[in-house]
Amino acid sequence: MAENITNKDIVKEENLVYKKTDLLTDKALSYCPGCGHGTAHRLVMEVVEELEAQDKTVGIAPVGCSVLAYEFMDIDMQQAAHGRAPALATAIKRLYPEKYVFTYQGDGDLAAIGTAETIHACNRGENITIIFVNNGIYGMTGGQMAPTTLPGMRSSTSPYGREVASMGNPLKITELVAQLPGTYYVTRQAVHTPAAVRKAKKAIKKAFENQKLNKGLSFIEIVSNCNSGWKMTPNQANQWMVDNMFPFYELGDIKVPEE
Amino acid sequence: MKELRLMKGNEAIAEAAIRAGVDGYFGYPITPQSEVLEYLMLEKPEERTGMVVLQAESEVAAINMVYGGAGAGKMVMTSSSSPGISLKQEGITYIAGAELPCLILNVVRGGPGLGTIQPAQSDYFQSVKGGGHGDYKLIVLAPASVQEMYDFVELSFDLAFKYRNPALILSDGAIGQMMEKVEIGEQKKRLTDAEVKERCPWATTGKDANRERNIITSLDLDPNKQELFNHKLQDKYKEIEEKEVRFEEIQTEDAEYLFVAYGTSSRICQKSVQLARAKGLKVGLLRPITLFPFPSKRLAELSKQVKGILSVEMSAGQMIEDIKLAVNCNVPVEHFGRMGGIIPSPGEVVEALEQKF
Repeated sequence: MAENITNKDIVKEENLVYKKTDLLTDKALSYCPGCGHGTAHRLVMEVVEELEAQDKTVGIAPVGCSVLAYEFMDIDMQQAAHGRAPALATAIKRLYPEKYVFTYQGDGDLAAIGTAETIHACNRGENITIIFVNNGIYGMTGGQMAPTTLPGMRSSTSPYGREVASMGNPLKITELVAQLPGTYYVTRQAVHTPAAVRKAKKAIKKAFENQKLNKGLSFIEIVSNCNSGWKMTPNQANQWMVDNMFPFYELGDIKVPEE
Repeated sequence: MKELRLMKGNEAIAEAAIRAGVDGYFGYPITPQSEVLEYLMLEKPEERTGMVVLQAESEVAAINMVYGGAGAGKMVMTSSSSPGISLKQEGITYIAGAELPCLILNVVRGGPGLGTIQPAQSDYFQSVKGGGHGDYKLIVLAPASVQEMYDFVELSFDLAFKYRNPALILSDGAIGQMMEKVEIGEQKKRLTDAEVKERCPWATTGKDANRERNIITSLDLDPNKQELFNHKLQDKYKEIEEKEVRFEEIQTEDAEYLFVAYGTSSRICQKSVQLARAKGLKVGLLRPITLFPFPSKRLAELSKQVKGILSVEMSAGQMIEDIKLAVNCNVPVEHFGRMGGIIPSPGEVVEALEQKF
């Protein structure tokens, strides 16, 4: 009996107040409950849907928690070697200038192993969108220190807290790429509240529209949580993010083109 | 009317790329192959054919640009020399794992480490045994002239697309730098995006409503599926070994001794054959043109005819291992080589033959 009941029997069309975009597949997300990746995925796909660009978009998945992003996004995608997504995106965009090309990367991928690819794609002003999800930790490998781990923050490879003297300072790569003439639009967003989600989506949409206008590189950082890596409940993690991450990684536009 | 030009090997590669209708070249300067990138920049291929040429920030970035372009179905290539090719191994294994066609040129210099800028053949193992991690093979072509540098660009792409496998041209500093007469082919048109879609229905060209999304990845976390995939790769390599072996024989009909040499060494050995025959030694030369697949069957046949085989390589002896496997102890196999950027003289090779047999 039970196995014959489908979603449609439970959720009646007339009662629907929200429907996920068709560009997200029905595959169950591999992310931990409470993680921001799912929301970030949804926003990117909603933007592609609103631009009617499913057939014109190519995404690049990183190595890290979102390595399987191509399982959830119903568009053509390539999975890059660790940190190299901007190099793939550079070539695809140059070979298909009329397509929307974006990378979706975490902080270890983008700001440690892929620093050179990130900075040079930004510096060349590649006409692509970089979505950078920063949760201050290597999530997939089990919570090691990332380039963006806060001073004093504990991780499995900074078990007594990040000691700046020996482990270095967290890298504000978003501020760094904003200095480069090749970046057109640089902003830092979050997806922990409905208001933040709306703002983040606006930023992502603007970034994709910039591609259409040939404006150069748009760089969207999304400060996010990692409740499992941070060893907190989802609510605690979001609160910790507000109290600790946001003061260091201040939300808002960092580089906005003059209209 | 044939179009003939006097060109460097590296320039021939670049001109061949434009003429073959290559869509993208991504490179990084390193001696002795920088002329490839220089020639392309000078020629403005974006005006001639629309070809994209980009100087990347590193060899690592360049090969990953190739990965992106190849995944999108385009004809893309990169070139480098030994230390740079080592850096590219990460990208190459991803490309092999994602089963993508592309061309990589290695204008080999002496190693290990930063080594020297003079020609060597010490990257044989790296080229034919994989190079990066995992069980994979490249299709490896070894040109012995500037003409072959030119011709092998199109041949490499044909094979790469036929088998969805990266191809590597294993050249060296001598062939890259020397100038010879080259017969230039016709300008081919680059494929249109519609033609790319037809040739590469698997490529990330944008998901149309009438097909499932295309995913380019080398990841499968399910070990059972990963093993099946590895079997599929191995089957492909077997097919390549059956169908794509290429080699050249010089005076092997009556040979009692055999040189086996590729690339620059094979040119030296051609002269050595003449010198040896002038001394009354019946020597022939087998020149593998494909290093993977290796001409093992032909070597096994020849091993029944000759009394000894001398593998001549500008290395400590790498190809000799494949020769030994091919002849299965039927006949003594010896190595002669120079290293570190030294090219042996034809006389040295004959002396080595006389000493060893």
